[in-house]
Amino acid sequence: MATPVLDKAEAASAASPYITVTLRIRRFNPEVAAEPHWEDFQLEMDPKERVLDGLNKIKWDLDGTLTYRRSCAHGICGSDAMRINGKNRLACKTLIKDVNPGKPITVEPIKGLTALKDLVVDMEPFFQAYRDVMPFLITNDTNEPTRERLQSPEDRERFDDTTKCILCAACTSSCPVFWNDGQYFGPAAIVNAHRFIFDSRDDAGEQRLEILNDRDGVWRCRTTFNCTDACPRGIEVTKAIQEVKRALITRRF
Amino acid sequence: MKIHKYDTVIVGAGGAGMRAAIESTKRSRTAVLTKLYPTRSHTGAAQGGMAAALANVEEDNWEWHTFDTVKGGDYLVDQDAAEILAKEAIDAVLDLEKMGLPFNRTPNGTIDQRRFGGHTRNHGEAPVRRSCYAADRTGHMILQTLYQNCVKEGVEFFNEFYVLDQLITEVDGVKTSSGVVAYELATGEIHVFQAKSVIYASGGTGKFFKVTSNAHTLTGDGQAACFRRGIPLEDMEFFQFHPTGIWRMGILLTEGARGEGGILRNKDGERFMEKYAPVMKDLASRDVVSRSIYTEIREGRGCGPEGDHVYLDLTHLPPEQLDAKLPDITEFARTYLGIEPYTDPIPIQPTAHYAMGGIPTNVEGEVLADNTTVVPGLYAAGEVACVSVHGANRLGTNSLLDINVFGRRAGIAAADYAHTVDFVDLPENPAGMVVAQIERLRDATGTERVADIRRELQETMDANVMVFRTEQTIKTAVEKIAELRERYRHVSIQDKGKRFNTDLLEAIELGNLLELAEVMAVSALARKESRGGHYREDYPNRDDVNFMRHTMAYREVGDDGSETVRLDYKPVVQTRYQPMERKY
Repeated sequence: MATPVLDKAEAASAASPYITVTLRIRRFNPEVAAEPHWEDFQLEMDPKERVLDGLNKIKWDLDGTLTYRRSCAHGICGSDAMRINGKNRLACKTLIKDVNPGKPITVEPIKGLTALKDLVVDMEPFFQAYRDVMPFLITNDTNEPTRERLQSPEDRERFDDTTKCILCAACTSSCPVFWNDGQYFGPAAIVNAHRFIFDSRDDAGEQRLEILNDRDGVWRCRTTFNCTDACPRGIEVTKAIQEVKRALITRRF
Repeated sequence: MKIHKYDTVIVGAGGAGMRAAIESTKRSRTAVLTKLYPTRSHTGAAQGGMAAALANVEEDNWEWHTFDTVKGGDYLVDQDAAEILAKEAIDAVLDLEKMGLPFNRTPNGTIDQRRFGGHTRNHGEAPVRRSCYAADRTGHMILQTLYQNCVKEGVEFFNEFYVLDQLITEVDGVKTSSGVVAYELATGEIHVFQAKSVIYASGGTGKFFKVTSNAHTLTGDGQAACFRRGIPLEDMEFFQFHPTGIWRMGILLTEGARGEGGILRNKDGERFMEKYAPVMKDLASRDVVSRSIYTEIREGRGCGPEGDHVYLDLTHLPPEQLDAKLPDITEFARTYLGIEPYTDPIPIQPTAHYAMGGIPTNVEGEVLADNTTVVPGLYAAGEVACVSVHGANRLGTNSLLDINVFGRRAGIAAADYAHTVDFVDLPENPAGMVVAQIERLRDATGTERVADIRRELQETMDANVMVFRTEQTIKTAVEKIAELRERYRHVSIQDKGKRFNTDLLEAIELGNLLELAEVMAVSALARKESRGGHYREDYPNRDDVNFMRHTMAYREVGDDGSETVRLDYKPVVQTRYQPMERKY
């Protein structure tokens, strides 16, 4: 390893003075007014800070009524999916410098789920679709093995991508089909079905495929790739959906 | 106000809470109250793995694991509990696999294992591969798998219900749990849950530090609710500082990175851990590594213009290995630091990570009212609890293990207990304290702000009770915390509404943090020795004569309403292992 005197992170921080950022936030509180409105907040921020840091600054120092969900603050818990400059992202994984801070940065709730207050939406329909695909391992073992079930690294790799899902709803709420028809299962539920359909230990793939063969199932997907772009975990969501479609046609998985 | 009745109520839906729920739902009518959606819990942020002596890749056994746990905890571990932890680890991992957890696999299809700090072959001879893992998102996989199985079992969740008070009823002179009071975030409504059994599984309290790996939501709510009702807190001075947090941000970079061969280096490129731990080197226990890092920094060998961090070097590892085994943490480095870990070392510093102390329990998860007396109907498991399997310093991968072993035990014990008893009457006006607390905060007109007090608390904790402590620094913290608690009485909030009032919630959480910070500092001040995560520069040695004992902190309220922390002590359970000097 080289022994740099000034590493890249430090060099970047030395060269990044605070800038003035405008966060333009979609505010909504039905206790106060029936209609949402936009409100601008001006903040001094390091461009390497997260959009979530900006929301926190507002809440902590300017306006305590600003309401949003957050927990881990580093892209693992899936609480803070929101629409930032028109694209679904996690606020804790989006750096100010990456969202064109020279102009006002718009922040609004994810679409397709009912906004309850400011950036908080009703997640229940989303979780209901998830529950509907039977998101748990189902086996027909009559004799459960004493030790672990065996699975080759190749079989394990087969569904690795879809195990990354954190149920943030960024994909489902970026899907035009879901916006138009809330009955569609949506990408996240299909991703979680995929995670089990392609798990060599699972015996309920056929049942899950039948669930997704429904009129509100996988065939509604129009491969717009919004979901893949939106996924903060880098899951190839559209590919997973296509694999489920193919499995439905070939009945091989 | 609504009143609900359940056999078993579980507070918290992380790993411990959901593992308990899977057991108790099968056996009793169970409600899980959680301030977050279950999958948001911080178990999901755990990375490196879960220890179990499966011996899938090399010789290993649970006795070695027990020894490592006891030694790792600097002999403050209750050895009967550590033995249960290590023995039941094997079934705990196999249970998760059967529930569907996608562990990484060996070429022959068994669960793969890797090295982790403090886990050794034959009582310290060399590192052993004991950590069962799923890339560097083992906690994520555990949380998802447990949630999936909760869905399968039909576990009844009350999402975004925030438990604010533990209800205690005296039955024939015995303090008995009768339920909890919760605040529904969506509506602002108060709910009383009458329950035969209550299990706390609400996690840690790391948010009283500034640089921490902990989520915003880890504010010690369960500890505080119990403490205010007369339950003691055990060993609160022992807090773990994980060696490798992202510089200034505190985001966790797994010890698995060093398990895969990563090396810590100072500004001269020196592998400094060779000096401090000749055998285990970078895989010494976390307290040792964190102290070593700060020693390097203090002696002028830290990196960067301010010399305030060191490097985690992964550049000698093949990119394929990083992609396969450490994909998430390498992405964190790219996202938050703009660093490419293939070619550049990652700036790190120790980060406040884990509370070894908590609500005292026995090995069945039953909460203790003092050194021996059980509180009927009250249970705790996971980071909120202190069994004590972690003693003065937890080994990496033993927390994901703890939540599974003791979450399961508490779930079974609580449900079984619920079958043997009738409901205990609720105290008079059960929601009284919560209603008063909320009204006071909503109506407050004081000039103090939650964020200011929290910032000052976090700064004083980082400055005074972190890796190195002295009588002077701890006293400074105690005084500052007292000042902040006084100012907190004058705090006001801006959001006066009922719907999703997170402004109110943050104010309540700050109250919990202040109370627990005081317990921690007072406990630390009295422990005039160095042991595990508690290092006193003025008492640099372990003192088994005077301090081989657990701290038990009690809340005392004077006639004038003034609150103080009273300390008592509890013997350590020693079975197989006599204390030895701790070297790695």
